[in-house]
Amino acid sequence: MPLDLICPAGSLVSLKAAIDNGADAVYMGFRDNTNARAFPGLNFDEAQAAEGLRYAHERGRKVLLALNTYPQSDSWQRWTGAVDRAAKLGMDAVILADPGLMRYAVRHHPQLRLHLSVQGSATSYEAVNFYREHFGIQRAVLPRVLSLPQVENVVKNTAVEIELFGFGGLCVMVEGRCLLSSYCTGESPNSAGVCSPAKAVQWKDTPAGLESRLNGVLLDRYGKDEKAGYPTLCKGRFDVGGETYYAIEEPTSLNTLDLLPDMLKIGIAAIKIEGRQRSPAYVAQVTKVWRAAIDAVKKDAAGFKPAPAWQDELNKLSEGQSHTLGAYHRPWK
Amino acid sequence: MNLSLGPLLYYWSRDDVLAFYDEAKHWPVTRVYLGESVCSRRHLLRLPDWLALAEQLTAAGKEVALSTQTLIESESDLKTLRRIVGDGRFLVEANEWGAVRLLSEAGVPFVAGPTLNIYNPETLEVLAGLGAQRWLPPVETSRAALASLLERAPAGMETELFAYGRLPLAYSARCFTARHYNLPKDDCQFRCLDHPDGLPLATREGAPFLTLNGIQTQSAGVYNLIGELPALRQLGIASLRLSPQSRHMGRVVEAFRAALAGEGKAADALARVMPGPSVDGYWHGRAGLECGTQQAC
Repeated sequence: MPLDLICPAGSLVSLKAAIDNGADAVYMGFRDNTNARAFPGLNFDEAQAAEGLRYAHERGRKVLLALNTYPQSDSWQRWTGAVDRAAKLGMDAVILADPGLMRYAVRHHPQLRLHLSVQGSATSYEAVNFYREHFGIQRAVLPRVLSLPQVENVVKNTAVEIELFGFGGLCVMVEGRCLLSSYCTGESPNSAGVCSPAKAVQWKDTPAGLESRLNGVLLDRYGKDEKAGYPTLCKGRFDVGGETYYAIEEPTSLNTLDLLPDMLKIGIAAIKIEGRQRSPAYVAQVTKVWRAAIDAVKKDAAGFKPAPAWQDELNKLSEGQSHTLGAYHRPWK
Repeated sequence: MNLSLGPLLYYWSRDDVLAFYDEAKHWPVTRVYLGESVCSRRHLLRLPDWLALAEQLTAAGKEVALSTQTLIESESDLKTLRRIVGDGRFLVEANEWGAVRLLSEAGVPFVAGPTLNIYNPETLEVLAGLGAQRWLPPVETSRAALASLLERAPAGMETELFAYGRLPLAYSARCFTARHYNLPKDDCQFRCLDHPDGLPLATREGAPFLTLNGIQTQSAGVYNLIGELPALRQLGIASLRLSPQSRHMGRVVEAFRAALAGEGKAADALARVMPGPSVDGYWHGRAGLECGTQQAC
């Protein structure tokens, strides 16, 4: 079916919230740095993963496992062990970024379905087809950098299913090609599974305002009436040429509800909701809105118009309470 | 261990580019990487111009490689990529996996660039099987991680390491230079031309942090491994990549040559011509902006 709704599961409670509110599939990670949301208190041990799989499968839904960081040479077995566990548990697919790990999966678990993670940074059909030819990937998640016509061109030139990010945190950089976090803190999504890690964050009230720092680097300073957001490195205010502004990106979220008819038309296989680090309540609310929206667009694509109530609901949940169509809408670039 | 001149990451006038490579013919670098690897809108030199330069540098005794665009977005980007692969005269550095596909299909040897995210010997082995003869680790790779990878690296694979210059850290669909001037990317008026070493970004308390270079974000600090040559030799690094800067590049190359030859004071000579403070945190397994061992920073 086109436009499957893929929702984040940072915990068993979130997984159930997503399934109960209409997710076609959830994605999760194991409790270590084999996935790009390696946050304390998040993710699944083997028993929880088994319980999540049982819950989803009983209801006819799927579970995908993100193993989308890049295996490090001295701990390669942690990643291959995770692939082995995924196969043993009966995961419906594993989401990988590293070609070496894909080769391992193909050799040892030929029946295991492979998805290319957004961390694989594949932005063209030539790249997507590379992973198809060599490792038989069935689906690719595209980085949030292409316009919709560019996405359509990828879809037309590959047999691989294409999954797009629909809602949640917005990476302004090509995923898998951003080392800003390790430049500042020593840990990047690629190698450590984290961006702007919480342990490096410091907040301080000063006479000049509330300051957020990442490993000592001042990311922003907030006035009395300003709402302070999580200090993600690329969403701070900086000084360029004597001007202080959001030099890279505003603290805003991606919301592509308006684009659903186009996504359906060009044959997008699945829409991914970002946010394994968010609360079960958040997952429930977002899933519910997107389920309703996807059902509506499938019923009547031509007449589809996002209900104001949906947008209100999503805006309330958004970072910085604003949203953008991101790169899908060319003028954003 | 020899020296390579990395691809020019900035956008300079045609005259400045030609003058730069005219000088480079005389620098003690073994290999020169050419081509536009950052932004497809940069057009003052088009592919035929780069190919002509490649011929000239080859005639001057340099090994030449063409570096492909890191972020491929459009069919026209792919067209350029196919022309680079199809030309066949020069070695090609693949900076994303679409280029790897085309190069392996063409059956030609290639360089696996630093943005392919090669973090383990298994992935390097995949690339070796496809025709890679040389590779570059991601710029965030530490000495310990590299040593661990090289223990099991495929036989005959040459390692080149990004050893000097502002670190290319991120790529985006958005152009941050155009954004600074409130211009849309499609009508950027080529403002990168006004910033031959990128546009400095500082924190709100004035600490240099990053450098905006169109769709690429670089570090403000200048990665500098001139003090690490014994360790690099021990690891069996084949070549050190020096990344172009607009001024004094000849003196940068000379400093590395002198350091390789064991001549004293090379690091001091280098410090005098660096466009920013030295950083080497990545090499020591710490935050990239840190500076561990060198006195200069």
